[in-house]
Amino acid sequence: MFERIREKLEILADAAKYDVSCSSSGSNRKNTNKGLGDSEGSGICHSYTEDGRCVSLLKILLTNHCIYDCAFCVSRKSNDIKRAAFTVEEVVELTMNFYRRNYIEGLFLSSGIFKNADYTMERLVRIVKKLRIEERFNGYIHLKTIPGASEELLKEAGLYADRMSINLEMPTESGLKLLAPEKSHEDVKKPLDFIQKNIVQLKDEKSLIKSAPKFVPAGQSTQMVIGATPETDKEIMHTASNFYKDFSLKRVYYSGYIPISTDTRLPIIGSQPPLIRENRLYQTDWLMRFYGFDVQEILNDANPNLDIDIDPKLSWALRNLDQFPVDVNTADYKMILRVPGIGVGSAKKIVQARKFGRLHQDQLKKIGIAFKKARHFIRYADSPLQLRDFEASHLKGVILSESTSKYLKTPQNQLSLF
Amino acid sequence: MELYVFDGTLEGLLTAVFDCYQRKAGTVKIVSQENFHPDVFQESFTVVSADEKANRVWAGLRKKLDKDWMLRFYKSFLSENPDTFQDLLEFSRYILDNPAGAGENFGNKHVLAVSQMAQKVHREKHRMEAFIRFQQTADGIFYAHIEPDFNVLPLISDHFKNRYADQKWIIYDLKRKYGLYFNLETVEEVAFDFTTEMSPALNALPETLLDPKEELYSLLWKDYFRSTNIPARKNMKLHIRHIPKRYWKYLSEKQV
Repeated sequence: MFERIREKLEILADAAKYDVSCSSSGSNRKNTNKGLGDSEGSGICHSYTEDGRCVSLLKILLTNHCIYDCAFCVSRKSNDIKRAAFTVEEVVELTMNFYRRNYIEGLFLSSGIFKNADYTMERLVRIVKKLRIEERFNGYIHLKTIPGASEELLKEAGLYADRMSINLEMPTESGLKLLAPEKSHEDVKKPLDFIQKNIVQLKDEKSLIKSAPKFVPAGQSTQMVIGATPETDKEIMHTASNFYKDFSLKRVYYSGYIPISTDTRLPIIGSQPPLIRENRLYQTDWLMRFYGFDVQEILNDANPNLDIDIDPKLSWALRNLDQFPVDVNTADYKMILRVPGIGVGSAKKIVQARKFGRLHQDQLKKIGIAFKKARHFIRYADSPLQLRDFEASHLKGVILSESTSKYLKTPQNQLSLF
Repeated sequence: MELYVFDGTLEGLLTAVFDCYQRKAGTVKIVSQENFHPDVFQESFTVVSADEKANRVWAGLRKKLDKDWMLRFYKSFLSENPDTFQDLLEFSRYILDNPAGAGENFGNKHVLAVSQMAQKVHREKHRMEAFIRFQQTADGIFYAHIEPDFNVLPLISDHFKNRYADQKWIIYDLKRKYGLYFNLETVEEVAFDFTTEMSPALNALPETLLDPKEELYSLLWKDYFRSTNIPARKNMKLHIRHIPKRYWKYLSEKQV
């Protein structure tokens, strides 16, 4: 009797795993009705898979039946795989019982498109509504927006979901057209925009009327597949930057393409997913969101791709040696944040601590900066007298030779394909 | 240097701070009763915990430190670490001796040490919130036991109470021999007398005590954990960095 539900879960979890978002933070759904769950504040990763990714949500498809035939997708119509579909009750039972055991923070529900967009979206909405109203579930719900679904359905979905997302799939329109001729970035922009406007509107109402309902309190996100099509890092990050700005997205995810198809338009099965490149893109994303960098400073026509052997912040610093060294005892917080080897936490500690006296090397080390790397870019109370300026290439060599970076020991698994 | 011996409680530690001032002490080394090994050549002073003294010190600190810092102080204390007791004593004296704002001086080694220990305890608290796996018993109580590095039960109580407001649950600390029981209304402290040594392994409860559906859900969870993995991205180093091996015993998905 267990077997059928086990098989369904296996198929529909397997098909959902290429969606990399696992975030469960940023909502404000308190448990005020003595129900189950509380999604206030930061999320929790309840486990990690052997690939090192966080498991915080029960991430499943409602069904992997799909009318589309997108070349990069494992559930594409022409793919000969086992198909399955959950009932509304099954999804609700799984979510409730996993949550009660502290396995998960909530549900991430996506779906293949069966029949049409509205038919699919209507079923997704039915599940989240049942969870929220009948089961009094206050855990986190991340719901996929089905492009093309009616505005009424999207509006209703937004009342129950914490986060909604639609994937851009490919970083550029031309890339998308190549692999999924039936889709376009416009199809994604329209609903993103519709939901964003509703979020803003309900926020305004909420400031006037406290009882106004919540609407997608954790905002929207999107995902791009990296390495399936020949975009440069510049194209990818400029698209990301625009989407952050235009739709106030909470997150953009970059998912290194994992070959799952013999389609000749795509990297062959067995080729390594571009994990280092993916990591560099996330680092760039962080520099944009938390370190005050503009995408243009990191990626531009002169530098269309990120370095693989060093991180983008170091790479920027080496290109801009004229802005260094930075004196940690006098420089602006903003500039300290730009020093390779100093993160947000350490930068804040430095500006607080220096009010009590000039900072020395041992204090900086204890505060937790990556001193070996940072020392080339900073001055401090007892910094040694430096007689000559280093050149960027020399400095890079020194830093790489002293570094214990996980990337240098492994052979580069990323060939330039295009 | 004087040696102060206290009873290991927060109240005792705060009393010791008070005594430092009352006795016009110079350098003081503080040690908990548990870690105290009497030495014929060293005289010691026994701190007698007193509510009134402790409250005065706490109030004094509160005037100089913000709410976050007070919580950090408490978290550090819950580390039960002998060096941290020393840091807390010196930190308190440093804060009380200086104008408000001294808590920002991360160049001071005690300020930094207390804040870093608070971070460690916070991490352990967060891990327990993440890694606890309840098993539903036949009488409908969700049970889990843990052996955390630090005494984090007081810190996780509210989190579980808010989250699992409609189910009874017990979280038991095997190391410190006490637990929390939520009875749908309030959280109370409980102590069990396990007749035999309880195994720290997750599946320590005999099957007869469990709800008949428990097996299904732990099986489905294991299945899910396997299915959601992407073998082409395998990275065990990262996996273990996120879930250090000492926590595997809690995780049903990591049991074979």
